[in-house]
Amino acid sequence: MNASVQGHAASYLTANVPALLSVDHVSLEYRPPQRVVRATHQVSFEIDPADRFILLGPSGCGKSTLLKAVAGFIEPCEGQIRLQGQPVTAPGPDRMVVFQEFDQLPPWKTVKQNVMFPLLASKTLNRRDAQERALHYLDKVGLAAFADAYPHTLSGGMKARVAIARALAMQPKILLMDEPFAALDALTRRKMQEELLLLWEEVRFTLLFVTHSIEEALVVGNRILLLSPHPGRVRAEINCHQYNLHSLGGVDFQASARRIHRLLFDEDEALHTEQTLNFNDIRIAY
Amino acid sequence: MSYSSPVRQEYEVVLEPLLSVPLERELPLGQRLWQQGWVRKGLILILLAVIWELVARYQDNDLLLPSFLQTASALYDGLISGELLSKVTISLVVLLKGYLIGIVLAFALTTLAVSTQFGRDLLSTLTSMFNPLPAIALLPLALLWFGLGQNSLIFVLVHSVLWALALNTYAGFLGVSETQRMAGRNYGLKGIRFVLFILIPAALPSILAGLKIGWAFAWRTLIAAELVFGATSGKGGLGWYIFQNRNELYTDKVFAGLAVVILIGLLVENLVFDTLERVTVKRWGMQR
Repeated sequence: MNASVQGHAASYLTANVPALLSVDHVSLEYRPPQRVVRATHQVSFEIDPADRFILLGPSGCGKSTLLKAVAGFIEPCEGQIRLQGQPVTAPGPDRMVVFQEFDQLPPWKTVKQNVMFPLLASKTLNRRDAQERALHYLDKVGLAAFADAYPHTLSGGMKARVAIARALAMQPKILLMDEPFAALDALTRRKMQEELLLLWEEVRFTLLFVTHSIEEALVVGNRILLLSPHPGRVRAEINCHQYNLHSLGGVDFQASARRIHRLLFDEDEALHTEQTLNFNDIRIAY
Repeated sequence: MSYSSPVRQEYEVVLEPLLSVPLERELPLGQRLWQQGWVRKGLILILLAVIWELVARYQDNDLLLPSFLQTASALYDGLISGELLSKVTISLVVLLKGYLIGIVLAFALTTLAVSTQFGRDLLSTLTSMFNPLPAIALLPLALLWFGLGQNSLIFVLVHSVLWALALNTYAGFLGVSETQRMAGRNYGLKGIRFVLFILIPAALPSILAGLKIGWAFAWRTLIAAELVFGATSGKGGLGWYIFQNRNELYTDKVFAGLAVVILIGLLVENLVFDTLERVTVKRWGMQR
């Protein structure tokens, strides 16, 4: 019921452009032995082309599960996920995933072979073209010099760059990133966020990005979907296209961060009401 | 009374390029040599040979324990006359046939096991039934079924390779991380291509361990089978050579035969498997 209101609002706003990805009242469950646990309940959102859409929520709210459902690894127990109108049923290379773990790069392939791997495995390109495209995207992430290195010789940040290059080289309809920078140190993380935004300026890919950091969400995204603690339900959708790395520490930025914090952890609302009035495009699911 | 630490003077240093100290230097020759595995292993072998020679001289009984030098000369004679070489060839051909068939069957069985529930149950039931069964105990039955010949030897060899390799490979497949599996499925890999492109390379350390164990089992089984049942294939292999010479009390030739068994084992371990590991799992940083 709540989510239908939210869904209406989304379709109203984007009536002229059909959404690239629509997640419609999706509930997800996972099964530890002997039980079924509901991870998310009736979540709806829509992503437009060239969006940098963020799923933000406390740990355990089902945001990664939601991303895996969009990737096709998990089947929703109710609701539907559609990519350009086609229901998502299985994993596929049109939705490339960048994982958090460093072992997402097969260690038996060099950096270049890693970027070529999905292109060849999905039979998108022949070997020569795949190599050319791999080198092009490796150059974009600044790793052209490491094309023949094996992943175990790279630093964490470089591995994350390879994973991003590998995903972008497939030129997927949507790029899914599951806390890709969470395992990096703070300095490297900041640098990677900056590079990701620069890449986006250049390529204008569509991004679905999962994070648990409010700051990262505000910097990286243009829209944020807030999920409540377990089980994940939509708490709010917030625009943040006005922020980038230079807004860090600014007054507006701080205010938005506080507002998200309040929404996520249900702190005393009265204290912060005057700050929330500045935003006219807030949609909160009551 | 509250204690606060004194405020020290701040400072900045302007750094010149560091040229006075070399950034890399080579280790001394002795250390570099000692880093080579074959040098250390060669030293161990030489040490063992010296001990053997000393013990044999002290014992002074050719029939019970021929010395290292006597064995070496018997080995040399055997190799020159071609007798040993032809026996080795016979044994190795049978061994390779059994080994390869075993590998193929093991991969078929484990592929089935990772893709279906039934395959999983089949593999676990069969391995728990047959893995503890000594291959040599099946030889009388094999002789009954396949007659005196290569086929019964190949049968017991397959038996000795299959279960050890299948168990290791399956354990390796199970150990492949969820992230790597998801990455593979993300590219649209399914079924046999998923096994070939993701599971096998990711599980290669376990598979190599299984191949090594399988090789040792097969080699052992073959020599034992030839020793016990002699020339099953009409012309005997290395085991038969050892058995025959023991009957004729040529103890030095028995030792030469045993030495060949050991040498082939060492060669395969140090050349074939070490090379395989060096160009794969070690190069990829999956194993130290």
